[in-house]
Amino acid sequence: MSQTMKDSSNNSPAPRAYLSRRYRLSASHRLHTDAFSAEENQSAYGKCNNPHGHGHNYVVEVTLAGPVDRATGMVCDLGVLDTFAQERLLDRFDRQNLNTLQEFQACVSTTENFTREVHRIFSAFPQAELTGIRIEETSNNSFEYHGADSNRKAERI
Amino acid sequence: MVLLTRKAEFSSAHYYWNEEWSAEENQRVFGRCANRNGHGHNYTLEVTVAGEVDPVTGFVVDLKQLKEILEREVLRVYDHRNLNLEVPEFATRIPTTENIAVSIWERLQGKIPNATLHRVRVYEMPDLFADYYGER
Repeated sequence: MSQTMKDSSNNSPAPRAYLSRRYRLSASHRLHTDAFSAEENQSAYGKCNNPHGHGHNYVVEVTLAGPVDRATGMVCDLGVLDTFAQERLLDRFDRQNLNTLQEFQACVSTTENFTREVHRIFSAFPQAELTGIRIEETSNNSFEYHGADSNRKAERI
Repeated sequence: MVLLTRKAEFSSAHYYWNEEWSAEENQRVFGRCANRNGHGHNYTLEVTVAGEVDPVTGFVVDLKQLKEILEREVLRVYDHRNLNLEVPEFATRIPTTENIAVSIWERLQGKIPNATLHRVRVYEMPDLFADYYGER
């Protein structure tokens, strides 16, 4: 039997760990809703309502949970996760104007809504359970979403 | 109950290799991390403990004592070491970020007076970290 199989914890269930990976993307947006008048938009969104838009360096933190695989020592394959993020997150949103994208035609491009959209994207990741998305819009503002059924997951902070 | 977090850093070498697999399979699964000459990281460890605030001292735990426990149980064993070759638990467990978090939990559990271990977080790099809460 190889060394890897001699792990004394082999007879008990595998430990459940949480893996977090951070991705960076830059995008512009403008906070504005057609439900409000020009004055109401200005009142609600202030400088974020500038018609010419503004932008952020977003940091997207993805947290996945699962048993630590005995053979690989991992919750999921990081290469597979990075490819998934490149194709579905970075290629989609980096260097874009969020307001022009289909995802933000029916809702305002706030980072709250962006966080929920990114959660929807990573909930399809096949190798581990998504437990939360956290997005830093600036170093002072961050937003988290743990899904609709999130009471237990939100405790893990 | 109050949560208290202490941070520490250690620098270690490691590589990923499963002895049950062929060299080709290790290379396919672990890529660059399968280089058996090893590579290294500056790891950041965050240990969070939970406890009640002592009415006299105002502390959950004595931070100096917690620092000494981390030094003795973790840093003295991991810092400036090759994890695969010099740290016993990684003779039978691949030293991934996940397994380092699990192993540090096991090293610290029951060693911190007047508080319970809540979370072990290990950053391999600023953009990659693993959390362990003792769950199985």
